[in-house]
Amino acid sequence: MPTKIEKDALTGKETTGHDWDGIRELNTPVPRWWLYVWLATIAWGIALFILYPAIPLGRTATAGLLGYTSHGALDKSLRALQAERAPFFDKIEATSLEDIQKDPDLLSVALIAGKSAFANNCSPCHGPSGSGRPGFPNLEDDVWLWGGTLDQIKQTITYGVRSGNPDAHVSDMPHFGADNLLPPDDIQAVADYVSTLYGGQQKGTAPAPASVEAGAKIFGDNCAPCHGDKGQGNPDVGAPRLASATHLYGNDRATIVHQVTLPRQGVMPAWTGRLDDATIKSLALYVHSLGGGQ
Amino acid sequence: MFLKQSTIEKNAMLLIVLTLITVAIGGAVEIIPLFTVETTVEHVKGVRPYSPLEQLGRNMYVREGCYLCHSQQIRSLRDEVERYGHYSLAAESMYDHPFQWGSERKGPDLARVGGKYSNDWHYAHLKDPPSLVPETLMPSYAFLANRVLQYDRVADHLKTLRIVNVPYTDEDIAKAKSDIETQANADADQAELLKRYPKAVAVNGKPNEITEMDALVAYLQVLGTMVDFADAAQEKLKQ
Repeated sequence: MPTKIEKDALTGKETTGHDWDGIRELNTPVPRWWLYVWLATIAWGIALFILYPAIPLGRTATAGLLGYTSHGALDKSLRALQAERAPFFDKIEATSLEDIQKDPDLLSVALIAGKSAFANNCSPCHGPSGSGRPGFPNLEDDVWLWGGTLDQIKQTITYGVRSGNPDAHVSDMPHFGADNLLPPDDIQAVADYVSTLYGGQQKGTAPAPASVEAGAKIFGDNCAPCHGDKGQGNPDVGAPRLASATHLYGNDRATIVHQVTLPRQGVMPAWTGRLDDATIKSLALYVHSLGGGQ
Repeated sequence: MFLKQSTIEKNAMLLIVLTLITVAIGGAVEIIPLFTVETTVEHVKGVRPYSPLEQLGRNMYVREGCYLCHSQQIRSLRDEVERYGHYSLAAESMYDHPFQWGSERKGPDLARVGGKYSNDWHYAHLKDPPSLVPETLMPSYAFLANRVLQYDRVADHLKTLRIVNVPYTDEDIAKAKSDIETQANADADQAELLKRYPKAVAVNGKPNEITEMDALVAYLQVLGTMVDFADAAQEKLKQ
C-alpha cells in the first residue's frame, strides 16, 4: 500500500510510496512499447480463444471458428502425402507385377517404396538385407518355401504363414517322432540320408552306407510325397527343399533329427490390413529383386 | 480487512492457504472439463480388459522398466502414422493402470506391435536382441524365460483392478487361473477364452512351468490390436 508518495530530491521524480526498511523506489512507468506488446498478447489470446477449440461447456466445448482439430490436420497432411504419391502408387496398384517389372521408371519407384517398407516391417525377422536368420527365411537366395515368383511372394506377404488369416499358407508336417509315427532308429537313418542330400555330413562322421540306404527307403515312403523323391521340395505345399545347403533351422544333423521328431512351425504375420495394396506389391518386387526371384 | 495485502504478507499461514486456493482453481479449470466433455475418450468398439496372462505380462513390462525406452503412444503426426499405424486413442489405454504412454523412444513405439511379429520372433528377440536386430541397444531379457510366473493370486489382482473400474466379470475372476493356463498352452482350446478376451494370442508355454516371458509375449501380442480400425469411422474418433 502506498503510504507516503514524495518527490525524490535528486531526480525530481515521484516515489511509489512503498517503504521497505527505509528503501524507497522511483515510480518509473514501464516503457510504452512494452505496454503495447503486452496489450497485443492479450488481444492475441482472445483471438485464439475465438478461432480455436477452447472453452469447455459441460459435455461439449467450443469448436472455434476455424474448426481446427489435430486429427483433422493429420488427415489433411496424409491426404497431401497421398496426392503426392498417387501418380505412382495408383499406377502400381493398377498394373500387374510383371508389367511393373517391364517399366523401369515405375519399377524404380516400387523398389524404393519396397525398400523402406521392408526396413520398417520385414527386417526385424529377415534381417536388414534380407539374409534371414535361423527360423526366419533368407530372401536373398533362390531357396523358397512358398515359391519365389512375383505372385507367390505377394501371396505370402499378403496373407502370411500360419498367421490365422483364412488365406494364409499352412503346412503341417507330421510329428514323426513326437507322435510315434517312426521309431527313433528310423529317424536317425532318415537324418543320415537327408544329410547326404546336401553334403551335410561332417568329415570323419560320414554315416554308415547301410543307414543311408535304409534312410533312403524310409524317406521314399514317408517324406517324398511332400519333399519330392530327391528332396527337391514343393513350394505348393510349403515343403522345403532338402537337397540344398540352406535350411531354415540349420544344417547340422541334430537339427534334422529335431525337425523330423517335432517340426517347428514358424509364423509370418499377414500384412493385408496393415499395409496397403501398392505397398505390398512394392514389397513383393523388392523381395523378388534381392537376388532369388524366379 | 482480512484480505488486505499487508495482512496476507505478514501472515505466512494465510498466504499458504490462499496460494493453494488460487492454484487449485487453475487446476480445476483444466481438469474438470476432461471428466465432463464427452469426446475425451472416444467411443470405439473392441477395447477390453487384459486377459490375466496379458495383465501379468504387463506387470513384467512395468517391472522391467520397458517404458524407459519404449513409448506406447502414436501421436497424430504424419510420420508417426506412416511408420506405426493409426494414431493411439485414449480409449485404447482406458484399462491401463497406470498407462504406459512413456516419453522415451530409445526403442521403437510399441503401441501397435501386437501381431507385427511372430511369437517365435518375440522369444528369440527378448532372449538376444542383437541376434535379430544387429544395431539394437536393447539388453537381453533371457532370464525371463527361466523365471516361473507367479500367478497364485491373480484373481485378487483382477479384483483390485475392478475397484478402479476395469470391468472384469465374476466369471473372469473365477476363471483367472485357468485362463492363464489356457492362454499359455497354444494346443489348448482357446474358444471360450477368446469369447471373453477377443484377439488374445496363445503362447507356447510349458505346462506347469509358465514363464514370465510367456506372459510378456502374450501382452506384447495384444498391444494395439483390440480396435478394428477398418471399422472405426473418422466421425466416431473426432475429438
